[in-house]
Amino acid sequence: MPTASPGVGQLHAERGFPEAAREAVADAQLRRNLGNATATIRAKRQQVVDELPDWAELRAAGAAIKDEVLAHLDRYLLQLEQQVSARGGTVHWARDATEANRIVTDLVRATGACEVVKVKSMATQEIGLNEALAEAGIEALETDLAELIVQLGRDRPSHILVPAIHRNRSEIREIFLREMAGVDPALTDEPAALAEAARGYLRQRFLTAQVAISGANFAVAETGTLAVVESEGNGRMCLSLPRTLITVLGIEKLLPTWRDLEVFLQSLPRSSTGERMNPYTSMWTGATEKQDFHLVLLDNGRTATLADPRGRSALRCIRCSACLNVCPVYQRTGGHAYGSVYPGPIGAVLSPQLTGVAANPTLPFASTLCGACYDVCPVAIDIPSMLVHLRAKVVQDARARHRLPSPERVAIAAAAWTMREPRRWTRALRALRLGRPLSRRRSLPPPLSAWLDARDLPQPPEQSLRDWWVQR
Amino acid sequence: MTARDEVLRRVRSALTDRAPVPAVARDYRQAGSQPVDLELFVARLIDYRASVHRHSGSGVAAAIAGILAGRSRRRIVVPDGFPTEWLPDLPLLREPLTVTELDQADGVLTSCAVAVAETGTIVLDASPGQGRRALSLVPDYHLIVVRSHQVLAIVPDAVAALDPCRPLTWISGPSATSDIELNRVEGVHGPRTLDVLLVS
Repeated sequence: MPTASPGVGQLHAERGFPEAAREAVADAQLRRNLGNATATIRAKRQQVVDELPDWAELRAAGAAIKDEVLAHLDRYLLQLEQQVSARGGTVHWARDATEANRIVTDLVRATGACEVVKVKSMATQEIGLNEALAEAGIEALETDLAELIVQLGRDRPSHILVPAIHRNRSEIREIFLREMAGVDPALTDEPAALAEAARGYLRQRFLTAQVAISGANFAVAETGTLAVVESEGNGRMCLSLPRTLITVLGIEKLLPTWRDLEVFLQSLPRSSTGERMNPYTSMWTGATEKQDFHLVLLDNGRTATLADPRGRSALRCIRCSACLNVCPVYQRTGGHAYGSVYPGPIGAVLSPQLTGVAANPTLPFASTLCGACYDVCPVAIDIPSMLVHLRAKVVQDARARHRLPSPERVAIAAAAWTMREPRRWTRALRALRLGRPLSRRRSLPPPLSAWLDARDLPQPPEQSLRDWWVQR
Repeated sequence: MTARDEVLRRVRSALTDRAPVPAVARDYRQAGSQPVDLELFVARLIDYRASVHRHSGSGVAAAIAGILAGRSRRRIVVPDGFPTEWLPDLPLLREPLTVTELDQADGVLTSCAVAVAETGTIVLDASPGQGRRALSLVPDYHLIVVRSHQVLAIVPDAVAALDPCRPLTWISGPSATSDIELNRVEGVHGPRTLDVLLVS
C-alpha cells in the first residue's frame, strides 16, 4: 500500500503535550476561565439534549450517515463537484495546506482585492491561510468575534468553537482598547459593550468587502448545497454581500442527501452552543445572487486518516466541541497545550492521524480514557478506543524508526519473558515478597523514581495468590 | 496527475477494504409524525428574545403598522412580492436598494417560507415577499409575518418542505454571540431586534 500523504499546517507543535500542559495547568487565570466557561456550556448542552425524546436515535443516525459518506467518499465528492459546477460554482482540489493556500491566494489576486473578510473556519486555521495571504500582501480580517479577539490579541485559537475561551471579559476589553482602531476609550468589560464594539468596528468592512472566505459545516452531495451554522450574523454578512465567495471545505464534511441535514441541524446546535437552534444558518447552492463562487476541497491528511479502518471514524466529526467541554484534561490545560488547532479529545485522535503519529506522538497519551467525550459525541466517535489504538501506533512507529530499544521497551520485554512460562512467573512472584522491605521506602533510585512521580509504590502481599490458592 | 486525480486516487486507495456499512436507521422522529403546537412556537420564539404579536382575520396591514409604530420604526424596506393587502401606510423602501440605503433604513418587513415550532425557527428562502438575502440582514430591525399554517412541528418537517437550491436563511432569534465567557449576548451583526407577527 502506498504511504499515506500527511497533512501540514497548524496541526502540531515543537513541544509535546506533557511539557506544554505542565505550564498551562500552572496558569490560574486560564483554569478559572476554562472552568467557568465549560461548566456553563455543559449545563446548557445537557438541558437541551434532555428535551429531545429521540437524542439516542439522532446520534446513531448521525454516525451512520457519516460512515456512509466516508465509505463512498470518492463517489460523493464527484457528485458534489458535479452539482456545484452545474449551478455555476467552480470546484478546486487541494492535496495539502500549501496547495490550498496557493489556490485561494491566486483566486483573491484575480479579483484585484487586497483585503478579504473571513467567516470562522477551522479548515482555514488548519492550513494557516491568513499567514499565507499576508505573505502575498492580502489582509484577511476575521469577523467572528472570538477569531477577531484572537487576531487582535496576536494569539492562537484554543478551542474549535469558541477560539477565545481562554480569555475572560476583562482580557478581551484590554485587547480591544489596545488594538481596535476607533474604539471608545471608555469601553467597559460588559459582554454587551464588547459585542457592540465589535459590531461598530466590523460593519463598514462588511458593507464594502469584495471578497469573502468561509468554511462550511456541511456540503450536500445530492444537491450541491453548502451550509454555514453561526450565531452572530458575520457569516450572513460574508456569504451574501461580497461579489466573490471562496469556501474551503475539508473533504470529510460531506453529507449524502439533503434529507440528512434534518439530523445534524438538530444535533449540532444542541451539542455545540447548547441551544435548540443557533441564531443563523445559511444555505446556498452554487453561484447565488450573481456571486462568483469557488469551492476548494481540502485533503491535507484526511485521506491518510481514511486509510486506517480503526481510525477513520474520527472523520465523522462535525466540530461541535462537546468533547472539549466535557474533558477533564482539556478543562485544566486549555487548547494551546495540544499544539494543534484541533485540541481536546477529538484533537488527540484527529491531529495525529492528519499529520501522522511521528509528528504528534504525545497527543494520544493526553487523556485519562474516562470516556466522557464518547458519551457526548453526537456522532458516537469512540474516542477512548481510538486513543488506545493510536498509542499502539505511536509505539510501533517509534520502534520502526529507532535502532536501540528504549528502557521501557526492555522492561516490557523482560516482563513478557517472565510471564510466558508458569514456573518462571511463580518464582518471580515469590521473589517479589523479598521486595517488601523495599516498598516501605518512599523513593526509588532514578530512572525508576520518575515512575513514582504520580504513583505510590504498591505493597507486595505476604503470600502470592497462587501459593494461597494451592494451600486452600 | 492533477490534484483532483491525486485526491480521488488517495481516497480509493484508502478504501480498498471497502468494508460494508450498515444502512442508516432513521428511528428518530420523522417529518409528518408530530403535531404542530403553536403555543410552543410562540414560547420558543420568546425564549430566544424575539417579540411575538398575534393577529387573526383581516386588518393585517394595520397590525403591522401598529407594531412598527410601537418600535418607532418608520422607513421600512419591503421586498418585491410582499402581499399588497398587508402593506402598512408608511414610507416604504422598495428595490432596487444599495447597501448604504439598506444600512440607513429603520428596518425590514418580510414574509417567510416555513417555521419550526420546536426550535422557534423561521426560514426565509428568497421567494417573493422575502427578498434577496441582504434585505433581511443589513437593517437593524426585522419584522417577519408568519401565517399559522406555515408553522411546522420539528426540523425534519422544515427540511422536507424547503427547496435546497434556493438560498436559505434559518433564523432563530436576533443575532447573538456566545464568545465572551460562553454567555449568550444579543446584538452583533444581524438585526438586533426581531419581531414576529403570527397571523391565523
